[in-house]
Amino acid sequence: MKMITAIIKPFKLDDVREALNHVGITGMTVEEVKGYGRQKGHTELYRGAEYHVEFQPKIKLQVAVADDQTEGVIDAICGAANTEKIGDGKIFVTALEQSIRIRTGETGNDAL
Amino acid sequence: MMHCRQLVHRGAVLAWVGAIALLTPAVASAQEIDGADTAWILTSTALVLFMTIPGLSLFYAGLVRVKNVLSVLMQCFALTCLMSVVWFVAGYTIAFGSDGVEQGMWIGDFGNLFFAGISIDSVNGTIPASLFAMFQMTFAIITPALIVGGFAERMRFSAMLVFSTIWMLLVYAPVCHWVWGGGWLGEMGLQDFAGGTVVHITAAVAALVAAMIMGPRRGFGHVAMAPHNLTLTVAGAGMLWVGWFGFNGGSAVAADGSAAMAILVTHLSAACGALAWMAMEWIRHGKPSVLGIVTGMVAGLGTITPASGSVGPAAAVVIGFTAGVVCYYATNFLKNKLRVDDSLDVFPVHGVGGILGTLLVGVFCSTQLGVFSGNGFSDGIESIGGQLAVQATGVITTIVYTAVVSFIILKVVDLTIGLRVTEEEETQGLDLVLHDERGYDL
Repeated sequence: MKMITAIIKPFKLDDVREALNHVGITGMTVEEVKGYGRQKGHTELYRGAEYHVEFQPKIKLQVAVADDQTEGVIDAICGAANTEKIGDGKIFVTALEQSIRIRTGETGNDAL
Repeated sequence: MMHCRQLVHRGAVLAWVGAIALLTPAVASAQEIDGADTAWILTSTALVLFMTIPGLSLFYAGLVRVKNVLSVLMQCFALTCLMSVVWFVAGYTIAFGSDGVEQGMWIGDFGNLFFAGISIDSVNGTIPASLFAMFQMTFAIITPALIVGGFAERMRFSAMLVFSTIWMLLVYAPVCHWVWGGGWLGEMGLQDFAGGTVVHITAAVAALVAAMIMGPRRGFGHVAMAPHNLTLTVAGAGMLWVGWFGFNGGSAVAADGSAAMAILVTHLSAACGALAWMAMEWIRHGKPSVLGIVTGMVAGLGTITPASGSVGPAAAVVIGFTAGVVCYYATNFLKNKLRVDDSLDVFPVHGVGGILGTLLVGVFCSTQLGVFSGNGFSDGIESIGGQLAVQATGVITTIVYTAVVSFIILKVVDLTIGLRVTEEEETQGLDLVLHDERGYDL
């Protein structure tokens, strides 16, 4: 199993969710986060007081998948979240040791 | 006894009464209540109170950081309550004295301590004396509330209450007497229709002095202190604009052409001030900002305030645009060059606007300027230069007097109570530290 963590632009969330549904992913966890990479922050100006805001609002999306789904999910996220502009985000893939569905006690791929 | 417009009005009433007096042997009460005047000033009174709560309160609340939103709302609300009582006890009589008493140059007589001379039958001009006292009370409320912007986010609540009480009695009420209560500036011919000197310059100078004595907020200049909720600020700004119709329009103390013209020029100046500030940011920064357009509106309103009984619509447009541009530069200069943390820009907007407007009256009250003509010089003044000299005297003396007395009051309060919260309290935020509350639980 893999844990796929994607940082994406907030307005791309609906597109990404839809693309994931198409490749059979029916559950995910989403958080509103702030951060920056190559896309630096922006400037805000209030009555002559200028502030540089480094952190950009982003969405962090996490999906746990079976090993054979990994490539498809990555392609789906890349396809849907890409605007070809700086700041589109990143995808991190990590190994996932175990998963358990709390209600039934199912484990492994059955719990995904 | 009060605004120049009312003096004229009152003169007409007295002449009329004089004619009657020839026919009737004894005229005890020289004044009659006018229903239309009374109705309009009742309305204006509500409008001016509405400017402070909730107008100015929301305007300021949106500009501070989230941890201090309640402290600013609380300061404005508590000042509304406290200044009402101070005005009742002694503020009113220091400013306006009592009926039938020759008023001195500096302060009013003490016949109206505790509103002693105000009954259901007493009359002031063409309106009930109770209404005049109440209308003026709303001005006495908003002026110290304006000062809040200078020391926002760092002043102790108790110190603020004590400072404002003493300031009301030693600064606002006397200056109000000088200009509107029969004192020396009014006698000299100063044209200040609705409070360029009395309200805006006094409040702004006090805010500047307070900001300089207390020092900047922790992190000023290198930590981001962006407004936490500009939607509140815009809502408050809209209320200020509407309320200002009562502030300036009511200052005619009559429902007449002067009141209507005051509202027309007030509105035009607000609109032009807003456009000017928006344009300045658009040109210099590349984008027009929401905070910019509403700040320009306040600049336009503050600047037309002293002039609203003296000028015509074309002059109001000039005054509004000038206000937007000059106050824009003043704000940048104070913040980025002088590095004074007048936190919500009271001085560069209200102070500079009040000074500018009071001086421009000297030019645009002239009847010789074609489409830019106004309503004429004060009695005994023949030229723009003469009127300007009187206006400048009013501006300079108000600035100097306010600065000196505010400085002394602040120093005394600092030594006795302490003006400022501790560093740790300031970091934590005044809402939790001073009031045990938070503005939002989202």
